Amino acid sequence: MHRHALAGASLVLIALATPGTANQDVLQQTAKPEQWVLQTGDYSNQRYSKLDQITRDNVKNLKVAWTFSTGVLRGHEGSPLVVGSTMYVHTPFPNIVYALDVNEEGKILWKYEPKQDPSVIPVMCCDTVYRGVAYADGTIYLHQADTTVVALDAKTGKEKWKAVNGDPKKGETNTATVLPVKDKVIVGISGAEFGVRGHVTAYDAKTGRRVWRAYTLGPDNEMLVDPEKTTSLGKPIGRDSSLKTWTGEQWKIGGGTAWGWFSYDPETNLFYYGTANPSTWNPVQRAGPDGKPIDQKWTMSLFARDVDTGMARWIYQMTPFDEWDYDGVNENILVDLNVGGQKRKALVHFDRNGLAYTLDRVTGELLVAAKYDPKVNWTTGVVMDKNSPQYGRPQVVKEFSTFQTGQDKNTKGVCPAALGTKDQQPAAFSPRTNLFYVPTNHVCMDYEPFRVSYTAGQPYVGATLSMFPAPGSHGGMGNFIAWDASEGKIVWSKPEKFSVWSGALATAGGVVFYGTLEGYLKAVDEKDGRELFKFKTPSGIIGNVMTFSHGGKQHVAVLSGIGGWAGIGLAAGLTNPTDGLGAVGGYAGLRDYTALGGTLTVFTLP
Amino acid sequence: MGRAEPALAFAVALGLALTLQAAGQTAKKEKDGKWELPDGTPTYNIASDGAVDWYTFSGFRRYHSECHVCHGPDGEGSTYAPGLIESMKTTSYPDFMLVVASGREIVRADKQSVMPALGDNANVMCYIDDIYIYLKARSDGALPRGRPAKRAEKPEAADRHEKACFGSK
Repeated sequence: MHRHALAGASLVLIALATPGTANQDVLQQTAKPEQWVLQTGDYSNQRYSKLDQITRDNVKNLKVAWTFSTGVLRGHEGSPLVVGSTMYVHTPFPNIVYALDVNEEGKILWKYEPKQDPSVIPVMCCDTVYRGVAYADGTIYLHQADTTVVALDAKTGKEKWKAVNGDPKKGETNTATVLPVKDKVIVGISGAEFGVRGHVTAYDAKTGRRVWRAYTLGPDNEMLVDPEKTTSLGKPIGRDSSLKTWTGEQWKIGGGTAWGWFSYDPETNLFYYGTANPSTWNPVQRAGPDGKPIDQKWTMSLFARDVDTGMARWIYQMTPFDEWDYDGVNENILVDLNVGGQKRKALVHFDRNGLAYTLDRVTGELLVAAKYDPKVNWTTGVVMDKNSPQYGRPQVVKEFSTFQTGQDKNTKGVCPAALGTKDQQPAAFSPRTNLFYVPTNHVCMDYEPFRVSYTAGQPYVGATLSMFPAPGSHGGMGNFIAWDASEGKIVWSKPEKFSVWSGALATAGGVVFYGTLEGYLKAVDEKDGRELFKFKTPSGIIGNVMTFSHGGKQHVAVLSGIGGWAGIGLAAGLTNPTDGLGAVGGYAGLRDYTALGGTLTVFTLP
Repeated sequence: MGRAEPALAFAVALGLALTLQAAGQTAKKEKDGKWELPDGTPTYNIASDGAVDWYTFSGFRRYHSECHVCHGPDGEGSTYAPGLIESMKTTSYPDFMLVVASGREIVRADKQSVMPALGDNANVMCYIDDIYIYLKARSDGALPRGRPAKRAEKPEAADRHEKACFGSK
């Protein structure tokens, strides 16, 4: 029952450094394994629980304890929270929040339903999903689809304050959870498919007053970067790093939104997040003045920023000049690891582009970059030689470059598809095995870019793509894998019929949980991925599995409710171009397995 | 019997409509690489070797950029928005234009479906005929799922229209 070393040490440091802040409250609350107070489990995003009552031997006996219908049909991402004996459940648009009494199998203590203009619905690219509320200091923080940030009294559901973060008329919306940290709440933005210029913003946790905003792209002062002190791959980024890597004023509608997860390291006072694709999806339209690829900084990048000032400490761009919609927003898991025989304060990131990165989270040094699906083909890998001018950059394979193939031409067989080898569905880390458990997509695509024009508040896409299961593999569209981030190697891989679009949970009982798009909650052995238990919930699972303890008993809970991009792309089934003209291959359509409906299912041992 | 009559009448009308449509397909005419029915409604043309006219192909492309993130691949629908294969059977060309340009909203307790107004969106409106033609081909069962393997070259008229349409913005 060792508390993970990082968080344990951090707790002590923070207790000394900043007494009486939300930061300390969150650290204290997340240190109690019976609770789940952040969507990410804790600041390090490990999604590991010390609860060990449910074991590899008894998990087969899991039974449904109680269920709860959310009353909303759309895709349900994220997970419930448990604080004390209260469970907080959120929904997709209209973003209802329920406080449920765990003592009474989910009796409703209060319900908060914001009023939002339904015109926000079609501005959300890929369903009205929401990845959930956060808790700190007696407050529930909600970030609505229309970008209104609301602080609710956790006991009563009464509004404490509200702030408006963006403008849906310009395509700015929200799907992400917030990061309550110290005396602030840090929030992101969605809308790169609408030409939104991405940013993260900090609000005062007590009042809702805006403290700072940091853009992904544009002038240095608006990005909150210091040309001398902010580094990338160990070197200062220099003046106008973003402006110099865009043609003209394209950066103003350049995307790079921040719609993923946040993690935080109290020791460095840095928080970590990734940025989305450059707009449009047509790379030809984004080429440099000389007609050649240009980096479009700092889209597709990992940022480490100071919580107090928002200033960037380091940045790393995974996919310069994106040609495939490989957003860099996936979670950053903070773990101390041995890499190359050295103990490193690491950050592990499974990118949409199919590469898993291990970096030093203090300095931003790149330690490992490796494919976590062997089918990834758009790159031969990342140059690790520090003396090379290509250091840290992925090497693009000409055949799969949608830019080199060109506008109005179809680039065929690119792996992964725009869905990424993994999308936002977060991985888990177990300190018992030192392995990462990663829900993945096993889908490839044809991609054809073409010219589009920009209109505020309208889609700004500029490519057509068709997706199909990775050829020459098991025929399924997903894998659930175990990953060694020190070596950059897959340890085991469990094939799935559909993409695994559910966040994983690792536990001290040796059991790892995830959900499937057909609706199964699955439990597997941390050692080898052997399936120990499955249960079919009422709808497909795109939510994340969480665990808590109540009345001395460990519970596992998950939201079902099919939707999101998975539901849009896979509902009708995929076609395989290699099967001949328009043939629908043997690839099952999700609509033959599941239908809409938001339900919470809570499990425990009898 | 009283109840059955409207249904019967409907069936007859539908049969008639389908017959007319099929007849329309045979009576369609080509002008500058674009096909239209006798009443002027734009339509698709698929050659015996499966090659589609430019506009059907262009509609496939534009649909999969602008529409499929809600309505799913190939007009098949998704968990987010309805399929269009069935509804296009009973949607007239003017009605199609109206819904795309002005949007449509269904907001009930159990369901909030909002089709955005795309009238300002040149990426949609400059290709509205193309998208209509493509979806009609899908709806009539004339075009299978997926990317058309063969197509006609882009006619000069399509180029001219494109330039004029984007230039006017």
